[in-house]
Amino acid sequence: MDTIYFDNNATTKVAEEVLEEIKPLFCDLYGNPSSMHSFGGQIGKRIDTARCRVASLLNCDPSEIIFTSCGTESDNAAIKGAIAAAPNKRKVITTRVEHPAVLAVVRDLENLGYTVVEIGVDKLGRIDLTELERQIDGNTALVTIMYANNETGTIFPVEEIARMVTDKGAVFHTDAVQAVGKIPLDLAKSHIDLLSLSGHKLHAPKGIGALYVRKGTRLSPFMLGGHQEAGRRAGTENVPGIVALGKACELAMRNIEIENTKVKALRDRLETEIMKTCSDCRLNGDPESRLPNTTNISFEYIEGEAILLMLDRYGICASSGSACTSGSLEPSHVLRAMGVPFTAAHGSIRFSLSRYNTADQVDFTIEKMPQIVNLLRKLSPFVPD
Amino acid sequence: MWDYTDKVRDHFFNPRNVGEVENPDGIGEVGSLACGDALKLTFRLDKQGRIEDAKFKTFGCASAIATSSVLTEIIKGMTLDQALKVTNKDIAEYLGGLPEQKMHCSVMGKEALEAAVENYKTGGPAKHQLEGNVVCTCFGVTDAEIERVTRENGLTTVEQVTNYCKAGGGCGGCHGEIEKIIEKVQGEKEKHSTAQKPSTPAKLTNIRKIQLIQQTINEQIRPALRADGGNIELIDVDGNKVTVAFRGMCAKCQLAEFTMRDVVEARLREFVSPDLTVEEQKEPEP
Repeated sequence: MDTIYFDNNATTKVAEEVLEEIKPLFCDLYGNPSSMHSFGGQIGKRIDTARCRVASLLNCDPSEIIFTSCGTESDNAAIKGAIAAAPNKRKVITTRVEHPAVLAVVRDLENLGYTVVEIGVDKLGRIDLTELERQIDGNTALVTIMYANNETGTIFPVEEIARMVTDKGAVFHTDAVQAVGKIPLDLAKSHIDLLSLSGHKLHAPKGIGALYVRKGTRLSPFMLGGHQEAGRRAGTENVPGIVALGKACELAMRNIEIENTKVKALRDRLETEIMKTCSDCRLNGDPESRLPNTTNISFEYIEGEAILLMLDRYGICASSGSACTSGSLEPSHVLRAMGVPFTAAHGSIRFSLSRYNTADQVDFTIEKMPQIVNLLRKLSPFVPD
Repeated sequence: MWDYTDKVRDHFFNPRNVGEVENPDGIGEVGSLACGDALKLTFRLDKQGRIEDAKFKTFGCASAIATSSVLTEIIKGMTLDQALKVTNKDIAEYLGGLPEQKMHCSVMGKEALEAAVENYKTGGPAKHQLEGNVVCTCFGVTDAEIERVTRENGLTTVEQVTNYCKAGGGCGGCHGEIEKIIEKVQGEKEKHSTAQKPSTPAKLTNIRKIQLIQQTINEQIRPALRADGGNIELIDVDGNKVTVAFRGMCAKCQLAEFTMRDVVEARLREFVSPDLTVEEQKEPEP
């Protein structure tokens, strides 16, 4: 059975080109870039190249890129580093729909005496900008708002928010883990101070991330130790990871149009057909402003984990905001913040595509989905007669 | 991904006895859409008073569907007295075990069965009735239910209780009460060893006291307030006088006075020192 991978917001396949690029770095070119010999020293050049590639995808200066171990580390480093550099300000603003890598970090700050404000969202998952503007004051150290939501794909007006926040003298961080590589970013024109990205979401391997730090942004280092990354992130460089991320960014630049044409067309077809053939379902997210690869659909009266297991039997990989899939007992905090009824939250399924998906895979899924939904609805006590 | 046994997968993909028995003698309903799983069980008795037919309809994950399916198989042919002796453990064991976090599915099966038998015997409501006082407001679980799963399954931690009956799986505000119930059940088991109160040091140092107050606010008080969109901040500690400020919904709440006395002061006195008094600072620090 072939795997049909529609869970690309969770992680992605490593691109063949990326794998080729890093192969020599394990057994042949394994030197430490900090060494004084040329065997190690030559590795530094590869890191430089990777840094330039990441910078050109984001349109920023290479010196503004710090390599980290993952998106979560980038978020931790940005949030903790920014507030440590502004010790007199005691307020942090975020949204209710952030990834746990931001939300858990920010909520923990409450225990250190920080005032934390979580801005709500409307039914389509859009942020209340008036409330945000009202909340930013002289005591605000940091505002952290994601670029695009991982569960619904909703894209936030981050450039507008960044201008608002920085005009008022606070630092602005965005978790752009889901956006980088899927939609074009231009940091030269932007007011964003700090931006997190993760390699494995754009066809690099797991274990590599990056943090963009705008020149002049005050940031206390999160990881202490050696002088790597100009003293901003200690620890021997994950050379294969860094080189892989560089290559993946180069590929992303070349493929960003495909993401917004071919991939988007596949997503649209999958979504339209499923919504047409399965009754009683609803779309979660903002159809006007959404990542081109993501769709999140709720199926009434049935539960997400059951749907996923049925899909799994056909080799189709997706994910759900249902409580049962997480091991926690409450459904997705994102869907609940949007006011999606519990019933629909428990039955939500996210399909997230990539440029490796095909029309055949979409057609196969369109064929199977109504069968699965009907089968489970036969078991459900809630389906109206 | 959950590690389901082949038996669970079999009963999920090929569920037995789906539907509703016509003219049932007993109907039992537990759970709700909001809870994430729900089960409707119906049965009919034969002339000898044995369960002749049993069917289910279930909303929920694979393990909820599998436990419902297997439950109908187990009870067919049993008398009602025999059926009532089936425990949630029996259901789980029949399936070759369930992941710990899914044990509440087996408890749901047991509860639906009891509700259906009760419905048959008394003609009372088919819905599972809550006994005792609600402890977990997020999932509507009572002290009596928590006590029972704790006793029947030999549970020793709050996490296990959450896995078995969901209590404590939401805002976390009831963890203290669940701990007390566990202690009570364990106390019954170890009647011989006289339960000793944890010895509190004769005198708290200032540093230790402030740490304990902050810890109690972080772990015992804030989660409960957060569930209602509120928050609390520790402002100052002066001798035995604690000053706090309410934030968010709590700052505007008409019942803040009661929250202060029944939650904040009560918890701080219980976990730190009975001599504490708590005051609210109305205006936030400039």
